[in-house]
Amino acid sequence: MHETDMTKALILTVKEWWEAQPEPIAISQVHLVVGQFTCVEPVSLQFTFEVQTRNTFLEGATLVIRETPLIAFCHTCQTEYSPVIGLQYACPDCRSPLDDIRSGRELKIDRIEYAPVSVSVSNTTC
Amino acid sequence: MHQTFDAALEINLLHANQAGADHNRAHFDTWGISCLNLMSSPGAGKTQLLERTLAVLQSEFSIAVIEGDMTTELDADRLRQYGVPVIAINTGRSCHLDSKMVAGGIHRLAHDYNPTEFDLVLVENVGNLVCPAEFEVGEHAKVALLSITEGEDKPLKYPVMFQQADCLLITKMDLAPHLEVEIDRIVSNVRQMNPHCAIIPVSAKTGEGLEAWYAWVRDRIQQTQQLQRSLAAV
Ligand SMILES: Nc1nc2c(ncn2[C@@H]2O[C@H](COP(=O)(O)OP(=O)(O)OP(=O)(O)O)[C@@H](O)[C@H]2O)c(=O)[nH]1
Ligand SMILES: [Mg+2]
Ligand SMILES: [Zn+2]
Repeated sequence: MHETDMTKALILTVKEWWEAQPEPIAISQVHLVVGQFTCVEPVSLQFTFEVQTRNTFLEGATLVIRETPLIAFCHTCQTEYSPVIGLQYACPDCRSPLDDIRSGRELKIDRIEYAPVSVSVSNTTC
Repeated sequence: MHQTFDAALEINLLHANQAGADHNRAHFDTWGISCLNLMSSPGAGKTQLLERTLAVLQSEFSIAVIEGDMTTELDADRLRQYGVPVIAINTGRSCHLDSKMVAGGIHRLAHDYNPTEFDLVLVENVGNLVCPAEFEVGEHAKVALLSITEGEDKPLKYPVMFQQADCLLITKMDLAPHLEVEIDRIVSNVRQMNPHCAIIPVSAKTGEGLEAWYAWVRDRIQQTQQLQRSLAAV
């Protein structure tokens, strides 16, 4: 259910950016980075994005999601490790608890691909 | 004319919610209010804990409650019996409170009362182990509740909530004799991902552990009031 709200937040943020552009543009792709240690499910996000962008300025735009793995840093061992979500969060070598998350909490709009919308008057320039 | 462009945004998806949460927290800070966000799965005992807490801490502090509920005012009505302001927020279809909803609640509170008179705002979030962890509302601390009937593995399955918590209350301890639950395993599962939070086993029924919980709350209130004094001194 919360993907609905995430998508709303996403569309709102993109809309603000879109409206702030000096020239009219059409957005073709929205690139997201979603960490695996967040409460967001990429598949649901894709689905709600499709539904919520129908008949809006984002109609036809695709959502491209890059997932980032959960990576933690163990201060005892001075190494990075990959916790196994659902099973094992502590350091596999020394059992120190998960404390310093280096990757996996991302939830951001990375970049947007767009093209200028050619307005009909533009080809009458001399 | 098929040239495409690329714009780097690097904006957090929850940027708007985060900004709203910071705004709420700034209000709380200037008013000298501590805000605690109580989160758990449905029925872990948030409202019952609040009832006990209000009954005891009301004589020491001036308290208000912000009550998030998807459709009803049942919990809000239970808490109104304690004579404290209870602001009910119907979240509708949304399964968590967000900072905008809570901002609405804060403004209602500031309109109807003098907000500087409050010491503590307790927020009961919507019963849900997943989303509330991602949507900050302006709290100074997150309190997660896990009842012992839910199973020792819940922290492993819903790690974000337990990793983010500043305090974990293991609730319904009075039921332990009837269950085959290993409290130590709940604790060690939480400790795998959260070495710092306070962990307090409680029972709202027998009162077990509640003194430790109240002490933790008093401590938070003191911290915020110290912060407010240092803000005022600048
Ligand atoms: N045995 C026992 N039952 C409890 C305790 N605390 C709460 N309960 C019971 O658990 C049920 C749910 O308690 P609530 O306080 O309504 O739980 P909640 O987390 O507020 O529920 P939602 O707001 O619906 O998510 C009620 O039947 C309570 O009586 C406790 O310490 N011991
Ligand atoms: Mg409740
Ligand atoms: Zn280690």
